[in-house]
Amino acid sequence: MSHMTASVGDPSSLDAAKKVRYKSPTARGRLPALIIFLPPALLLFTLFVILPMGEAAWYSLYRWNGYGTPTEFVGVRNFKVLFNNAAFSQALINNALIIVVSLLLQIPLAIWLAVMLGRKMAGVVAFRLVFFLPYVLADVAAGLIWRFVYDGDYGLFAAVAGFFGVATPYVLADRDLAIYAVLAVVIWKYFGFHMMLFIAGLQSLDKSIMEAAEIDGATGWQRFRYVTLPLLGSTVRLSVFFAIIGSLQLFDLIMPLTGGGPSNSTQTMVTFLYTYGVTRMQVGLGSAVGVVLFVICVTIAFGYKRVFMRHD
Amino acid sequence: MTYNKVNIRGVRRYAFAATTALTMLLGVQAAAAQTVVKWMHVETVPAYIEKWEDIAKAYETKHPDVDIQLQFLENEAFKAKLPTLLQSDAAPDFFYSWGGGVLRQQAQTGALMDLTEAMNADNDAWAKTYKPAAVAGLTFDGKIHAVPYRMGTVSFFYNRDLFAKAGVKAEDIKTWNDFLGAVKTLKAAGITPIAGGGGDKWPLHFYWSYLVMRNGGQEVFEAAKNKQGEGFMDPTVIKAGEQLAELGKLEPFQNGYLGASWPQTLGTFGDGKAAMLLGFENTEPNQRKNAGDGKGLASDNIGRFAFPAVEGGAGKVTDTLGGLNGWGVTKGASPAAVDFLRFLTSQETERELAASGMIIPAAANAEEGLKDRLVRESADQLAATTWHQNFFDQDLGPSVGRVVNDVSVEILSGQMSSQEGAQAIQDATELE
Repeated sequence: MSHMTASVGDPSSLDAAKKVRYKSPTARGRLPALIIFLPPALLLFTLFVILPMGEAAWYSLYRWNGYGTPTEFVGVRNFKVLFNNAAFSQALINNALIIVVSLLLQIPLAIWLAVMLGRKMAGVVAFRLVFFLPYVLADVAAGLIWRFVYDGDYGLFAAVAGFFGVATPYVLADRDLAIYAVLAVVIWKYFGFHMMLFIAGLQSLDKSIMEAAEIDGATGWQRFRYVTLPLLGSTVRLSVFFAIIGSLQLFDLIMPLTGGGPSNSTQTMVTFLYTYGVTRMQVGLGSAVGVVLFVICVTIAFGYKRVFMRHD
Repeated sequence: MTYNKVNIRGVRRYAFAATTALTMLLGVQAAAAQTVVKWMHVETVPAYIEKWEDIAKAYETKHPDVDIQLQFLENEAFKAKLPTLLQSDAAPDFFYSWGGGVLRQQAQTGALMDLTEAMNADNDAWAKTYKPAAVAGLTFDGKIHAVPYRMGTVSFFYNRDLFAKAGVKAEDIKTWNDFLGAVKTLKAAGITPIAGGGGDKWPLHFYWSYLVMRNGGQEVFEAAKNKQGEGFMDPTVIKAGEQLAELGKLEPFQNGYLGASWPQTLGTFGDGKAAMLLGFENTEPNQRKNAGDGKGLASDNIGRFAFPAVEGGAGKVTDTLGGLNGWGVTKGASPAAVDFLRFLTSQETERELAASGMIIPAAANAEEGLKDRLVRESADQLAATTWHQNFFDQDLGPSVGRVVNDVSVEILSGQMSSQEGAQAIQDATELE
C-alpha cells in the first residue's frame, strides 16, 4: 500500500475513513448477489447432472432401444438381468481391483517420486515433465500406443521376447493376464498426476519443521514417516479420492486396448455399459448400469468426505 | 490525430468491413446452393474407394449442385457408433447395411426412410433393376428399407504353398471330419491352420453359424429365429456347438487370436502365417491391403473351397452363409442423395464394379463382366444356392447377434460348453 502516503494523524485521511461505511455481510445485503449468481449455477447443475440422472433412472425401468421414447415398461427386470450377468460381476471385480492397485501401487510410487523431485536441483523440471507427460496424453491415444507395445507379433513385447529368445506372451489375448496389462497402463498413465499433487503438497510444507527434525537426529526414513507423511495427510486423502473416483469411471483406456477383453476379463462398469447397453441397442439395461454406477460413486464420494476428509 | 484523418481512417475501416461481410455472404450463398450428400461406408481397400470416388465425381459433373462426401468408419467402430449417429444431426444420408434384424430394428425406430413407394413407382421401375431375392431380403413387414448393393458368401480361402508344404489337398476336404483332419495335418507340419479374429468375435461366429446351418438346416434355424419349438436348444444346434468345441480343442488358431481384430486376422493370412481363413468373397484384395508388406499373398497362391458338409446333417453343402448388403437411407436424406444412390446401384455402375472384381452385384444382369477368379467362384456358388442365410449376428438383431458372437468365441476357446452357449442364446432371444 505504498500509494497511501497520508500519515495517521492527518485530518483528511480520518474524514475519508469515516466516510467509508463497512457493510456487514447479512443475508439481506447479499440477496441481490445470490439472486443473480445462484440460478445460472443451479440451472447448469440441474440440466447436466440432476436431469440426466433422473432420466437414466426412469429409462432403467424400461426395455428401450434408444430411439424415440421408451414404451415397454419392465420394472426392475433390467437390474435383475444385470446382477445375474457374469460379465457385470467381473466388471465390478475389475473396478475394485483397479481401485486397490491404484491405492497400493500408484500412490506410494507417486509419493516416492515426489519426495525425490520435490526439491530444487539441476534437471528436476525435466524429470517432472517426463513423468507428467503420460497424464497429458489422451486416454484413447495411450490405449492405442500400448496396444501396439503389447502386440505379440510386431510390438515392443515381441521384440524384447525375441531378444531374450523366449516365446512372446500375447498378453492382451490372454484371459488371465489381460487385466494386469491394463493395470500396468493405468499406473503408467496416472502416477504423474498424483506425483504433481504431492510435489505441490510438499512445497507448501514448512521447511523449518523439517530442519528441526534433522537437527534432532531423525533419519531420512524417520523424517519421512513421522514428519512429511502426516503433514501431507490432506494431499494424500485428496489423491486417494481422485484415484478412487477415476478408477470407477475407467473406459477410454480399456476400449482401444482390449474392448472389454478376452471373455469379458477386462470389463469395467462403463465398458460394460457401452458394450452391453449402447451397442446392443439395450439402452434400458445401460441406464440400469448407469444408476448402479451413480449410487456407488455418490456413496463413496459422500462417505469418504464425511469420514476421512472431515478436517481438511 | 486530426479530426479529418480519423474520419478517413474510419471510412476505410467501414468499407473494408462491409466488403468482407458481403464476400462472406456471397460465399455462404454459393455454399448453400450445394446439396451435401453424406455417404458412410466401411470399405478399406484403397482401389475400391478410388472407384467410388470416380463414380461420385461422374455424378457430380452431371449434377454440379451436389457435393458427395465419403465418410469412413472401421467395421466394429461403425456398428458401435451407428445408433448414436442415426439420432444426431451428423447422421449420414445413407450408410452401409448388412440387413437382417439390425436393419429391421433401425427401421422400427423410425430413423430410416421408407423406400417402398420410390421403389414401386412406375410399375416397380426401380425395384426391377435388382435381383428379386435382393429386394426381398431387405424388405421387412412389407416395407423396403435399404437399397440393395451387393451379395456375398463366406467360404474358406487357403494358402496353396502352405497346403502343399503340409501335403493337404483342398479338393479332398468334403466333410467336417475331412476338415478336422486337414487341421491336424497342418498343425503336425508346424503350420498354423487357421487365422481367427477372436478380438472382433464375429469372424469366429461364421464357424458356429455354418455348423448350425449344416446340422439343422433351414427349418431349425428359422424356427429358432422365430422363437418356435425348442429354439436354440434344438439337439442339432447343440451338436453344432459340440463340433465347434472339437475344433477349438485342436487349437487351430494363431497365437493371440483372442485379441486379433479382423484387419489383423487378414494380415496374419496375408503374411503367410496361417493356412486358412473363413472369409468374405473379397478376401483376396483385403488380405493384400492388411498384410505387413502391403503385398500379401499372390493371387494364384490363394485357393478357395466351400464350407464342408456335415455327414448326416439336415443342411446341404450348397446352403450359403453370407451377406446381402445394401445402403440404408436415413429419414432426413435429400432427394439428391436418393438419386445418387439409385445411380450408384444402377445396372451400368454395378456392371463396372463387378467387372473390376469388387462386388457380386445385387443388380439384375450385371454379372457378365465378373472375371476375377475367386470372386467368380463365390458368385457361382451364390447363383446355385439352395438357402442363402444372412449373417447370424445381423439377422438375429443387435442384442441376440452379439450374444451369438460372444458364445462362439467362448465355445471355441473352451470357456463354455455347447449346451451353456445355446442356453445363453436362447435366453437372449426370449428377452427380445
